[in-house]
Amino acid sequence: MALLSKKDSKLITDPLADNNPITIQVLGICSALAITAQLKASIVMAVSVMAVLAIGNVVISLLRNIIPSKIRIIVQLVVVAALVIIVDQVLKAYSYELSKTLSVFVGLIITNCIIMGRFEAFALANGPWRSFLDGIGNAAGYGLILIIVGFFRELLGSGTLLGFKVLGDPIEKTGLYAIGYENNGFMLLSPMALIVVGIIIWVQRSRNKALIED
Amino acid sequence: MENRTDKNSYTILFAIAMVVIVGALLAFTASSLKPKITENQRIEKQQNILYAMGVNNNDESSASFVSTQEAADLFSKYIKKQLVIEGANVTENSEAYLIDVKKEQAKVKSGGVRRLPLFIGEKDGKTFYVAPIYGKGLWDAIWGYISLDENMVIQGAYFDHKGETPGLGANIKERFFMDDFIGEHVLNEAGNFAGVTVAKGNADPKNENKTDNEVDAIAGATITGDGVTAMIKSDLKLYKPYFDNLKNN
Repeated sequence: MALLSKKDSKLITDPLADNNPITIQVLGICSALAITAQLKASIVMAVSVMAVLAIGNVVISLLRNIIPSKIRIIVQLVVVAALVIIVDQVLKAYSYELSKTLSVFVGLIITNCIIMGRFEAFALANGPWRSFLDGIGNAAGYGLILIIVGFFRELLGSGTLLGFKVLGDPIEKTGLYAIGYENNGFMLLSPMALIVVGIIIWVQRSRNKALIED
Repeated sequence: MENRTDKNSYTILFAIAMVVIVGALLAFTASSLKPKITENQRIEKQQNILYAMGVNNNDESSASFVSTQEAADLFSKYIKKQLVIEGANVTENSEAYLIDVKKEQAKVKSGGVRRLPLFIGEKDGKTFYVAPIYGKGLWDAIWGYISLDENMVIQGAYFDHKGETPGLGANIKERFFMDDFIGEHVLNEAGNFAGVTVAKGNADPKNENKTDNEVDAIAGATITGDGVTAMIKSDLKLYKPYFDNLKNN
């Protein structure tokens, strides 16, 4: 790909696997637990975080030389909170339906540690374009895990995917349910997200021993 | 190496400038968008009320309102009367749907009399009595509109929430939950008010028994479900005298 230099494209591909924010850096776990009971919510959250992280990274990067280091965390928090609230207000005025779907995610986005983590670790030390790519990459890595977890939790917990009954109807006893299969209601509870993330971490580290810490 | 951004004076000036700029920006956005947002919320209330009495664009599985453009026309077409019940007084008020149920609930706490809005709609020769309800879920407010017939049997329900967990409590606004309420009795067999309980471990998951005052709960959304139970119990109960009157006359 000639579009991005090798160094720049690493910013996108690294967080997808070997430097994944959830499975390697263990950031953003709280929102991963809260909203992955359904695939659709996972996808919406992934897209929203991508938008906020990419734009926020650029803003912080542009301000990086004038932010006083003593209050940088507060500045970061103000930037992300203001950004999210303004977007929410504009959506409420011009796209009310969409804002109703997204509004429950607003609080979860502001408090997402990945966002503060990337501001602090990357945007404060790098230019806007690289920060933008870093935002996209990390949000994609986060979203990827969210979608994997959402896929298994919805499939095993509710027997649906994106709301479609892929395993048959549990009440009418069709499809898999006809031979005695039952949904695992436990999958819908938050602890199971942690266990699914744990399994992903295990699989990832057993395939790439270099990731195992002492 | 002393950096100019490390100075205390710079830090303070930066903080002041940041607060002023961000504050002004937020205040400007909020006040310039407010009329549009209020208008959207007004239309949404009309859509909600119409939804509860079965005027909606539902397809097979998902819930869908009438379009925002049609909402005002359909609202005046289907809603025949808007009443405000205040103690024993019942008055008509064409803006009853704008009454803020939350504020009315607060009035009772400070010793006032609560105004109860009730919307009387007619569709296909049937009369619907739509009442708003308001309560607390797990994280934030939940509310809804319930349409009843003369015997206080639920004809339709619409629930919404401010910030329940997506995929769990947020599912109270999904068809599979709201539709369960249709046909449920609010009164028990003796004719006393019983409400509708969102019950865990319900022995009737297909919801065939409409007189058990129970619907099936959503797995993983216990507190939100309890909130729905509670707001039906506390708010819908207040309308019972009106329906008693209706029968006696």
